Formats: sequence, C-alpha cells, structure tokens
Amino acid sequence: MNDTPQKPELSEIPDAVSEPKRRFSVQLVWIIPIVAALIGLSLAVKSFMDRGETITITFKTGEGMEARKTKIKYKDVEIGEVKGLAIAKDRSHVVVTAEMSKDARGLLVKDTRFWVVRARISGGNVSGLSTLVSGSYIGVDAGTSTESRDEFIGLETPPAVSLDMPGRQFVLHAADVGSLDTSSPIFYRRMQVGQVIGTELDRDGKGVTIKAFVRAPFDQYVKTNSIFWHASGIDLTLNASGVKINTESMVSILLGGISFQTPQDRLEAPPARPNSVFTLFPTRDEALKHGETVETYRLIFKESVRGLSVGAPVDLRGVIVGEVTKIDVTLDSRNSELSIPVEIQFYPERLRAQYLNKSQQVKPPDSRALLDALVANGFRAQIKSGNLLTGQLFVALDFFPKAPPAKIDWSTSPPSFPIVPGSMEQLQKKLMQIVQKIEKMPLEELAGDARKTIQSLDATLKSAEKLLKNVDGAVIPEARTALLEARQSLEDVRKTLGEARKTLGGANQVLAGDAPLQLDLRETLREVSRAAQSLRVLGDYLEQHPESLVRGKREDKQ
Amino acid sequence: MTELTVSAAGQGLCSCHVCNLVSRRERVSVSAHCPRCGASLHFRKPGSVSRCWALLIAAYILYIPANLLTMMETGSLISYRKDTIISGVVELWKTGSWAIAVIVFIASVTIPLLKMISLTLLLVSVQRRSRWQPRQRTRLYRLLELVGRWSMLDIYVVTLLAALVQLGAMGTVKAGPAALAFGAVVVLTMLASMQFDPRLIWDPLQKERIQ
Repeated sequence: MNDTPQKPELSEIPDAVSEPKRRFSVQLVWIIPIVAALIGLSLAVKSFMDRGETITITFKTGEGMEARKTKIKYKDVEIGEVKGLAIAKDRSHVVVTAEMSKDARGLLVKDTRFWVVRARISGGNVSGLSTLVSGSYIGVDAGTSTESRDEFIGLETPPAVSLDMPGRQFVLHAADVGSLDTSSPIFYRRMQVGQVIGTELDRDGKGVTIKAFVRAPFDQYVKTNSIFWHASGIDLTLNASGVKINTESMVSILLGGISFQTPQDRLEAPPARPNSVFTLFPTRDEALKHGETVETYRLIFKESVRGLSVGAPVDLRGVIVGEVTKIDVTLDSRNSELSIPVEIQFYPERLRAQYLNKSQQVKPPDSRALLDALVANGFRAQIKSGNLLTGQLFVALDFFPKAPPAKIDWSTSPPSFPIVPGSMEQLQKKLMQIVQKIEKMPLEELAGDARKTIQSLDATLKSAEKLLKNVDGAVIPEARTALLEARQSLEDVRKTLGEARKTLGGANQVLAGDAPLQLDLRETLREVSRAAQSLRVLGDYLEQHPESLVRGKREDKQ
Repeated sequence: MTELTVSAAGQGLCSCHVCNLVSRRERVSVSAHCPRCGASLHFRKPGSVSRCWALLIAAYILYIPANLLTMMETGSLISYRKDTIISGVVELWKTGSWAIAVIVFIASVTIPLLKMISLTLLLVSVQRRSRWQPRQRTRLYRLLELVGRWSMLDIYVVTLLAALVQLGAMGTVKAGPAALAFGAVVVLTMLASMQFDPRLIWDPLQKERIQ
C-alpha cells in the first residue's frame, strides 16, 4: 500500500454530514428478549396449567395398552393418555401411569372405575369394535364420591352398568351361577328391565353372589318379598295335559337370565332398598314354593335311605308339602348305632290352607299345635318307594293309627318329627323275626335225637334183614311148590278157559247171522208164515163159504 | 495477526452501510449521515453487541419451548400422536430412517444450539476485547451466516406437511406451538448474527480505540 497516490484521494473523501444527537438511547431491541421471555413463561404456565394429574391404575395385564398411545376416555371423550406401563415390584400386575387432562380432575375420585376397552363379543352383545382399528383404550366410569385419589385398581371386565345410570342394584345368592354371566338380562313380566353386572364366588365357596341391576322405572317393582329365579333355558313340562314349553326369550335361552316376581297377594310390600339381598332359585316353582313359610324338621331313620336324595318330595297323600334338604349320618357313640337324620323342609301353609278350607271361620291354630294334634292322632313320616324300578324314595306323611305313640321333639333344632319304619323295613323286620325264631329252635338236641333214631333204625333194619334170611331159608321152598301147584292149577284153568272159548265160539257160530242154523230157522219160519197165511185164507174162505166143506170148492164160474 | 494495525475507523473514515461510500467524519459522538445517500453513518454498527445479546437471549428462551412442546400433531384413523422434535427424531431412528433422523437432528437441534453458543462466544470475546484467534473467530462468523438459513429445514417440512396432508379423518398434520417457537429461534439467531459486527473482532488489535 503506497500512501502517495492515496493521499489526495483521501483528501477527496467527503465529509459526513453531522446532525444533532438524538436523545433516544433506549435500546428497543431489548423488548425482543422480554417478549420472548413472556411468551416462554406463558407457554410454561399454560403447559403447567394444562398438565392434569398423573394417576396410576393397576391391571392384571397390559394387553392392548401402549405407552403414549393408549388414551383414557370418558364417554368416548379423551381425558388422558397412558404415559408408561410398568410391571409391579411383585410382578403380579401391571402399573399404568397415565396423565389426565385438567378437566378430568373431578373424575378422579375414590369410586371411579377404569377398565380396558377391547373388542368383546359375548353372547348378546358386541362392544368395542372400533378398538379393532384404533387400538384399545381405557374407559372410565365417573364415581360419585368426593374423596379424590390418584391410585386406582382397574377392572378386568367392563362394568355392565355405569354409575350414573338410574336404577338399583340388588344382591342375589344362589347355589350356582348357572349360565349367567355379566350382562345376562333380568326380566320382569318378560320385559327386560336390567342386567347382571357381576358374578362372584362366595368367600366360603358355598355359593355364588350375583349382582343384579334393575333400571330406573322398573326398580320399584322389586319389593322386599320379591322372588328371583333363573330364567335360563327352556322349562319343558310333560303332564297329562300335554307338553308345555316355558321360556323367557331367545336371549335368555342363549345367555341365561333372571326373572323376578312379587307374589300377587302381597303387592303392598315396600320396594326393596338398594343392595338388598335375595335368594336366587333355580326354577320358578321353587321360587314360588319358597315364598311360603318354611319349617324344618328332622326325621331320624334307622333304616337305609338308599334311593332318597336331597330334593326328594315330602308327600302327603299325593300333595307335595315339602322336600328333603339334607341327609346325614350320625353315630351314637353310646350304643354304636348308626342313625340317619334326614332334614326336610315343610310348608305348613299348604297344610293349613287345607285345614282352613274345612272350617273357614275358625282361626287356624299355629302349626306347632296343629302338628302336635296330628301327631297325637298317628301322623308320622315314612320312607316310601316312589319308583320300583329306580328305587327312588320319598318321604310320605300319613296317619298310622297303629303306630306307637310319639311326639314331636321340639327341644332339638330342628325339631324331630316321629317316623314309622317304611314298608321295606317292616318286611325286613318280619324276616328277622322268622330268622330269630329259627335261631331259637334246639337244633343240636334235635340233631342228637335224630342220630339216636337213626341208630335204632339201623338195628331194626339189621333184625329185619335176619328175619328176611330166615324167611328165605324156611318159607321159600314151600312157597315154590305152592307156586308150582298154583301154576298148574292156573294152566288147568287156562285149558278150561280154552274149551269154554271153543264152546262159546260154537255158540257164536250158531248164533251168527249167517249161521246155517239160523238160515234154516229163518226158512222154516217163512214156511210156517206161508202156511199160516194159507190157513188164514182157508179160514176166510170157509167163513164165507162154509158149504165148501161139504160141497167142495166151487168153481169160479159164477 | 497479533500486531496492531491501522483501521479506517481509526483514521476517521467511515463507510455508508447502504451505498458503501466512504466518508470522513469527526471523531466526536455526533451522529452523521452519508453525504451521498443520506443514510446514517456509523463507524461500527450501533449497539451491535447489546442488540445481538438481546436477540440471542430471546432465542435461548424460545429454544426451550421449541424443544419441549409439540412440533407436529399427526392424526390418522388409527392413531393420533404428538411429536416434539426429539421424539420425532427417535421415532425416525426407531423406524430405520437413520439418515433422515441424523439430518433432522443436526438441522433442528444441533445447528441452532451451536449457532447460539458460537454467537455467545463471539459476543463474550468481543466484550472482553479478546485478542484470541481473531481470524478463526471471523471464519466462525462467516460459517454462521452461511449455515443459518438451513436450520429452517424443520419448519419447511412441518409447514409443507401441514399444508398438504389434510385428508380429514384419514389423516391430518398440524403444526404445534413448538414450530412457532422454533421458527422464532431460527429467525432470532439469524437476526442476531446479522446484528453482529465482525469488525468488532478486530478492534482490539487496532492502535486507536474507537468510540
């Protein structure tokens, strides 16, 4: 860079135009970071505000769930998202961490329920088909509690009824669940009014508890005395009037169901409170039966009850008044005797109703007094054979006037009802008596006597033999001669008889129709007859012509 | 380049930013304008460092939501997802598009960050009147200028997708709030690097001080 040529140029560089200094020194540019900071802060605040609670839900499996994909939906509106899936420390379940949106805060209360919505096809309903395409999501049923919480236990099956559905829930106890399942229908007068929302085994394993939900307008028909029964399947009855098929609906045939009814005469009963407990009966008949009062009695049998089963009827001259509920066997340690206590349920109202019909005016005595009176008249229980082929037994109640006097033992629980042995038992008893009589006979003495008798008989036989020998020696030769003589005489007799036969043969010849003698005789007789005729003619002629005797026979010329 | 040199500013010469006419002006703190085009004259860009700082700080602040918030919402019949930049990169990496993942990561995460760090470095060094590696620092600045516009790649992709993929229920793509923040970061860093006066790097090496 040489300075000399540049110098003049430098001097030619124009002067800048000065201007007064402006009093504006505030750097506007700092507004930008402030604005940025404000934006950042507002975003941070917004995201913090939007950030709902983080909750954990435990499920048995994580099937169908994916972190950051699975949504949580309440009434099909997204209210949260699964953030993470982890296995619990004890590996027994899956812990789902989910972030809920802030509007969902009110839903996170104690009784809120979560379940995984998947495609489900069960009996009568198909649900969650959309999840086949979109993937599973977690469904929510908002609870009504006010106690908020952030840890939940997820349901394995979706609840059949959401908490906000109006209606009432009832608890049914049954011996077995039958074909019922969650969402099985409940019928009232064959209208579907609710559904089963859960079935579970009782803790003691002796029955099942079924939770039933009856929708709002219909729940008032569930009274405190309503009866529930399994409406599953087909009830086919064959009787004298033909075949009767009774069923609720096609759905209940496939799915099972529950029906309930309130006995007609007792409609005034108040509606049942929610979560009331009812018994679920296997059939309608059974349920109706159990609408009546039930009294339990114990019958203590000594005889075999083979063929008697639980459920066998208790029969009063063909009318079923109860059933067998329990058959036990007990050992009396004192005399080591086995006895079989059979518990029966007895419906005294049936008896009483009949009693009432007899004397409408009189107030019926209570069943205790009634039964006492009946028993005093010989009212007893007896095991009878209902079917000779299958050997099914039933308990019959009837009057046995000859039965030894007995009383109902009210002190035991249940009271013991007197029994009389069954007909088979009586037969057995008689057989036993016979056997005992046989046993009582002095068989050994009899055997000794018999032996003695046989011995003497032996001696007798021997002497008889001797006698016979003597007879043989002494009597037989003479007898032989006698016999020979007899034979000779017999031969003589035979000869005589032969001659007699010849004689008779001659006589026979003489007497035979074609015998010559007879012919001759017949000829002769004919001659005689002819002679007699001639004589008669002569006689007649002489009578008419007596003169002929003198004159002789006149010629026929006259 | 450690020896001190003479600068135009040191000689009272100043070039117009607009028409590049060099003019002489008094070395007083009086404002002046170009005798030819009338633009304001400065020896150095006025308030360069503080403006640059302001924009840089704003960029730093917005960089946080740009990375934390949702960049893109993609919804289809079967799925609905929100992606931040990082989750998008992870998803791309998982699905095997490693090259694209790397490109997106570099363009969207690394470059803005490096840009901001470099600017910070330049600003700090200038404020400290550091004489350390001025030539390298100048090269870094040129690189910044060059590479800056490419960080908009992400924004281009998102805006294009958001505009094109609108199939109703079948599929939608929406730009999330992070896209805005990210765009702001890129623009702010570009502005910041524009505000930076690279001559400041060399000032500490001059004989005279410039006010």
